[in-house]
Amino acid sequence: MKPQVKIKTLSIDGRDIGAREDETILEVARENGIAIPTLCWLEGLSTVGACRLCMVEIEGSSRLLPACTTHVEEGMRIATDSERLRRYRRQIVELIFSERNHVCSVCVSNGHCELQSLAQALGIVRVHVPYRYPRLDVDASHPRFVVDHNRCILCTRCVRVCDEVEGAHTWDVSGRGVDARVITDLAQPWGASESCTGCGKCVHVCPTGALFEKGKSVAEMSKRRQFLPYLTLMREERR
Amino acid sequence: MPFIEEYQRIVALELEARKAITHRLLVCGASGCLSSGGDAVREALAAEVNARGLGREVQVKGVGCMGLCAAGPLVAVDPAGLLYQAVTPADAGDIVASLGSGPVTRLLCPTDTPFFTRQLKIVLENSGLIDPERIEDYVVSGGYQALIKVLTEMTPGEVIDQITRSGLRGRGGGGYPTGLKWTTVAKASGQVKYVICNADEGDPGAFMDRSVLESDPHRVLEGMALAGYAVGASHGYVYVRAEYPVAVRRLQTAIKQAKRLNLLGNAVLGTPYSFNVEVRLGAGAFVCGEETALMASIEGRQGTPRPRPPYPAEHGLWGCPTLINNVETFANVAWIVRRGGEAFAAIGSGKSRGTKVFALAGKIVNTGLIEVPMGTSLREIIEEIGGGVPEGRRCKAVQTGGPSGGCIPADHFDAPVDYESLRQLGSMMGSGGMIVMDDSSCMVDVARYFMDFCMTESCGKCVPCRVGTTHIHDLLARITAGKASEDDLRLLDELCELLQGTSLCGLGQSAPNPVLSTLRYFREEYAAHVGEHRCLAGACGATEEVTS
Repeated sequence: MKPQVKIKTLSIDGRDIGAREDETILEVARENGIAIPTLCWLEGLSTVGACRLCMVEIEGSSRLLPACTTHVEEGMRIATDSERLRRYRRQIVELIFSERNHVCSVCVSNGHCELQSLAQALGIVRVHVPYRYPRLDVDASHPRFVVDHNRCILCTRCVRVCDEVEGAHTWDVSGRGVDARVITDLAQPWGASESCTGCGKCVHVCPTGALFEKGKSVAEMSKRRQFLPYLTLMREERR
Repeated sequence: MPFIEEYQRIVALELEARKAITHRLLVCGASGCLSSGGDAVREALAAEVNARGLGREVQVKGVGCMGLCAAGPLVAVDPAGLLYQAVTPADAGDIVASLGSGPVTRLLCPTDTPFFTRQLKIVLENSGLIDPERIEDYVVSGGYQALIKVLTEMTPGEVIDQITRSGLRGRGGGGYPTGLKWTTVAKASGQVKYVICNADEGDPGAFMDRSVLESDPHRVLEGMALAGYAVGASHGYVYVRAEYPVAVRRLQTAIKQAKRLNLLGNAVLGTPYSFNVEVRLGAGAFVCGEETALMASIEGRQGTPRPRPPYPAEHGLWGCPTLINNVETFANVAWIVRRGGEAFAAIGSGKSRGTKVFALAGKIVNTGLIEVPMGTSLREIIEEIGGGVPEGRRCKAVQTGGPSGGCIPADHFDAPVDYESLRQLGSMMGSGGMIVMDDSSCMVDVARYFMDFCMTESCGKCVPCRVGTTHIHDLLARITAGKASEDDLRLLDELCELLQGTSLCGLGQSAPNPVLSTLRYFREEYAAHVGEHRCLAGACGATEEVTS
C-alpha cells in the first residue's frame, strides 16, 4: 500500500491540471501533452537542472524556474511558452552550437540528434554569437565505441547512467567552465578503462553524436533508449 | 559547575600575570603585516627586550589586524596608546629604549585621523588587541561569556529571539535575515543538524574574513557554538580556503584550545550540549562559496551547485537540515547575546542594522580594514576614513560586492551603505570588498577583468554561465581592443539578460552585474571604444590587475 499522496491543482498555459504533490512541473506537463524542451533531463536518471532549457514562468515570481526540478504547488499558474522563454531557449541552443564543433552534415547522428531537432523546433536558422571552434580530441581507443568531444554538450547523461543504472561510474567531468570535459576513469583513454563494462548505455543516452558505435557513418547512429524506462520500472517493482 | 570555575580561575590567573607588566608592545601578525616583515619586527623587539633584561616588565605580543594595512608593519605601545608605522627590525632598539619616556617621533602614526576615530568596532573589537593564538586573551576580554550565559540561563528559542531582534542580516552578500534562517533550521525536522561557517572568501580585493579568522578565531567559534545550541546542531564545519594558511593554523589552534577548556566538544561546560567543530579546506574554487557547492565539496564531491529549493535549511549537508552563515555573521553573534539584540539594533540605518567590515583596496590612501555602522555614506568611507585617492588623481568609482557587484560612480557617493541602497545603485553589499578606482581606470576594462574572473571560475555545469561568460568576456575584450561594432553592444545586452534570467546559481545570475552597472553609469566609455575606437581613460591594454 503506497503512502497517501496529496493532489494539487494548478494551471499550465491556461489549462487546469491535477497533479500528485511529488511530481515536477515537467512531468505533469508531459503527461498532459505540453512540450517543454530539455537536453540534460532523461526519464530514469537523476535531475541536475543544468541545460536551463526547461525554464518556465510562474505567476507571482519574477524568477524563472527550471520545470525539471521544481515541484508542483497548489494554485501555481505556469507559462511554458512566452515570447521571453522562446528567446532564451533559442539563445541557449545557440550558445551550445557556438561552444564546440557541431557540424551536422558530417555527424554520425545527423537526423537522429536531440540538439538538431530542438534547434529545428525552435526555428533557429543562424547562430548570433561567434563560434569558438575549439580544437578537441576524438578518443577511439575503445574497441566498440568512440567519444567525440567536439559534439559533447556536457549534459552529463552518460555520467549519470553509468553511475546510477550501470553502477560502474566510469564517466565523470573534469575541469571547469568551458574547459570542462567528460572523462573515463581518471582521464585515461576509454579503451584503457578498467571500470568500463562495455554495456553501451552511455552511448544510447547521449543526445548528440558525441558518443557513438564504431562502424557507423554519417547519419547512421540512431540511439535506442527503451532499456532505461524498462530498467527503472523493473527496479521499482522489485522494491 | 566545575568547568565554569575553571574558566574563572583562568581569567583570574591571566589578570594576575598582567599586573607585573608595565608595557606591552603589540605587533600585528595578520597576513598584511606578515607580508611586509611583521614577524621579523616581533623577533627583533623580543630580542631587544631580553637583551636589556626587561623580560618581566615588557611583553612583546603578536596580535591580530590593526586595520591600517597600508602603513604596516604596525606596532602599538600599551598603555601609552602609541602606534608606530612601517616598523623595521632596525627600529627595535629605539622603540624599546623609548618605553617610559617620549615616543619615537619618526615612526609615529597619527591615531586622531578619521580612519581611527570614525570606526565602530563589534566584529573587530578584539582585533589588534589580543593574541589570536591564546585562548586566555580572548577569555579575559569577555570571550565565551555569551556561551556560558546561554548554556546556563537561556533556551534555544530565547537565543534565536535575540538574534531576530538584533536585525542581523547575512554578511556574506545576500543579506538574508539571520534570525529567520536560524528559526527555519531550528524548526526543520531531523535528529542530526549541521552548522557551517562559510570562510571561502573569494572576491578579488576582499580580505575581511581572513582578517577576522587571523585576528580573533575564537569569536567565530563561539558564534558557531551559540548557533548550534540555538538550532539544535551538535556538529559544525568551517569551510576555509587553503590559500589562507595563517587563518587555518590559528583556527585549528583555537579549536584545540577551546576543546581543552571544554568550551567545545562533547558535553560543553558539563551541560548536555555537545558541539564539535572541524575545519575543511577548499581547493580554491570561487564557486564553492555558493552554499550548495560548498556542501558538495564538504561531502567530498565535485564543488558544483545544485538547484534550490530544497534549501540547505531543510535539505543540506548529507541531506540534513543545515545552517550556513558567513564568518562575519558568526563574529557578531556573541556580542549580540552578551549585550542583547536591542543594543545591536540601535546601530545602523533602515533595514540594515549593526556594523559592517569593509576591506579598502585599490587606488586609496588608507588601504586596510575598517568597521563602520551600516548607513555610513560611501563618501565618508572613501574620502574621510579611506583618505581618498592618492594625490594628483580624481576618484572615479568604487566597486563593491566583488564579481557579483557593480561599480558606483563618484557622483553617487552620498548614498548610504546598506543592503537596499547598494542594490538600487545596481551593485550589492557583497561580503565587503571595496575597490576604489581613479580616472586612470577604464571602466570597460574593469568589467572585462571581472568577467574574466567569472569565466575562469564558472563551474561549467549550466550552459548560460559556462558559455555565456566566455562570450561576454570575448565581447568586452573586443570592445577594449577597439574592434567592436554596435551589434556587439546589442549582443552584450542580450547575453547579460540571459545569464541573469537563466543561470543555475548566484555566480552566473550575478556575473553580468559589473557589466550592467558600468553600462549604466559609463555608457559613454563603451560608446567611445565602439564609435571612435578610443579609450577615454587612456588605459586599455595596460590595466592593473587588482590584487588583495
